[in-house]
Amino acid sequence: MKRLLSLTALAVVLAAGSAQAQQLNVKIGVMSDMSSLYADIGGPGSVAAAKLAVADFTKANPNVKVDLISGDHQNKPDVGTQLANQWFDVDKVDMIIDIPNSGVALAVSQVASQKNKLFIVSGAAASDLTGPKCNANTIHWSYDTWMLANGTGAAMVKTGGDSWFFLTADYAFGHALERDTAAAVEANGGKVLGKVRHPLNTSDFSSFLLQAQSSKAKVIGLANAGGDTINSIKQAAEFGIVKGGQKLAGLLVFASDVNALGLQTAQGLTLTETWYWDANDNNRAWTKRWQAERNAAGKFPTMIHAGVYSGITHYLKARVALGGDPDGKAVTAKMKATPTEDALFGKGMIDETGRKRHDAYLFEVKKPSESKYPGDFYNLKATIPAKDAFRQPKDSGCSLVKS
Amino acid sequence: MFEIFGIPSAALFGQLLIGLINGSFYALLSLGLAVIFGMLNVINFAHCAQYMMGAFAAFLLLNLTGLGYWTALIVAPILVGIFGIIIERSLLQWLYKLDHLYGLLLTFGLVLIIEGIARNYYGSAGLPYTVPESLQGGRNLGFMFLPNYRAWVIAASLGVCLATWFVIERTKLGSYLRAATENPTLVRAFGINVPLMITLTYGFGVALAAFAGVMAAPIYNVSPQMGSSLIIVVFAVVVIGGMGSILGAIVTGFGLGIIEGLTKVFFPEASNTVIFVIMAIVLLVRPAGLFGRRA
Repeated sequence: MKRLLSLTALAVVLAAGSAQAQQLNVKIGVMSDMSSLYADIGGPGSVAAAKLAVADFTKANPNVKVDLISGDHQNKPDVGTQLANQWFDVDKVDMIIDIPNSGVALAVSQVASQKNKLFIVSGAAASDLTGPKCNANTIHWSYDTWMLANGTGAAMVKTGGDSWFFLTADYAFGHALERDTAAAVEANGGKVLGKVRHPLNTSDFSSFLLQAQSSKAKVIGLANAGGDTINSIKQAAEFGIVKGGQKLAGLLVFASDVNALGLQTAQGLTLTETWYWDANDNNRAWTKRWQAERNAAGKFPTMIHAGVYSGITHYLKARVALGGDPDGKAVTAKMKATPTEDALFGKGMIDETGRKRHDAYLFEVKKPSESKYPGDFYNLKATIPAKDAFRQPKDSGCSLVKS
Repeated sequence: MFEIFGIPSAALFGQLLIGLINGSFYALLSLGLAVIFGMLNVINFAHCAQYMMGAFAAFLLLNLTGLGYWTALIVAPILVGIFGIIIERSLLQWLYKLDHLYGLLLTFGLVLIIEGIARNYYGSAGLPYTVPESLQGGRNLGFMFLPNYRAWVIAASLGVCLATWFVIERTKLGSYLRAATENPTLVRAFGINVPLMITLTYGFGVALAAFAGVMAAPIYNVSPQMGSSLIIVVFAVVVIGGMGSILGAIVTGFGLGIIEGLTKVFFPEASNTVIFVIMAIVLLVRPAGLFGRRA
């Protein structure tokens, strides 16, 4: 009798449960560089963007409950791998997002694949993530080295910069960026005269700049990021490289880097980004909310932050559509099958390699006299449509592409 | 034009000069460390944070009070030096009788706190600071373009290094200092205020770091982690030169700058390891360093 009662009770509870909209529990981990050179392009700003995405989504879908945790990978692949294992196994995290370091991102992508979970890359750049190293559990969101190379590289060659010399950061990201840019330069009829690979976090570039200067290349391509790029540009100005007729191509420059350089030094620099805070009213409104959440009035969000927001939004949509507790491959497939749309990146899609496709923009840094308010950094030179902005799946070398 | 190992001599002279400029930064930073270690027996890990504070002070002086580079070159080291004196009086002075390790741990903790505070308020991307008007531009030396600012860096650094060496090794004040390190009790018996001298020495060492920080602000990225990437190299310089040896720090600083510069031409990938290879060799052959005295 007792047993029958409890069974009935259970049945009643279950019936009541399905009568309401189904409660959905999701756990997301934001893994980023919280305390070192990439902490401004990702880091706490990515956590703020994730909070905004969750707040917006759960407001419209009150039956979804999202747990957000964050962690620091310290730019070390072993630390990132260990944290990812712990998050997936012990903390039951469903999806990891961000990781602004290609070395760490490539390692975590493997972990996500082994555990059949999901990894959305917003921070890292290496196009290998959707190329030879692609898998069915990784989606690459904001930008990649191929897109940067194709945007800035091709634009510079077309305006006469047909001979190149590279300053390359000596790790996975720098090598990928140099390789992709060299390919874009050569495809457009330019040639590469030489390159020099410098260690990550170098403070003095004068020696490398001198080598670049004596190469007589028309363009010096900076295949590095963050502090390394800032140091190269600052010292290139000092050594009169731009005045001497050579052009600098910052292959990966963020709004935060331009801020650190100051417009006086950065003016005239050509760069490619997929999102700019001051591009339209939507972005400006979101930037205000981001600044309030981040508690940093003078800072401006980067395309990585916007990508975290956009990626989480699309992920949650897929989870609601699928319901229950699907595995990583099922969610990835659903995300690829559904066109993307959100306030920051507009309409887009994810191709079979896991590459999110949206427009990219070629910008030029303003002169100090043209900049009217803090954060007024860029003039838009060209818009590269989504279909051309990123590598075609057939050229990716990714095993997911059916020939 | 002749060539050396396939590198045109002009390029090589340029690289030598650049090495000398970087060496002058190493010399300036390791000088402060050597002074502090030599006089206080403290391994001042906070040197990198104090170097960063110098650059930040220059940025803040410019943006909050409008004081330019030249004023900052004097004011920033004084401010940071005073900060150092407060640290010495409140924390460091209790550790002199303990093992070196305690001083190292304390100053390392200070680095984490100071860098954390700076990162919290100013972010990690960096702050803009430009070369002062009067030192912009440069001259063509035939084999390379030498920016005026870099020429000034060599001159200022050499001047400060020699002046410090002269004061400590050749003046009466310096002889008191050296005597106080050898036998503080005896020197006190002669009526000399040894604790005050030690405090001021620490303040001076810290001010040297801040001075290097202001010198670096126009050409390096001013960010909270700007010092940490340099400090390990600077420690290697001090160890190679011989812990606490002032002349050793200066000579090795310039020498290693040149060696590193040459590595950047012949094998750039190794440019951040070459100094440690040299350190390992020197420690094998002369454990006390090139200019160190055996304890």
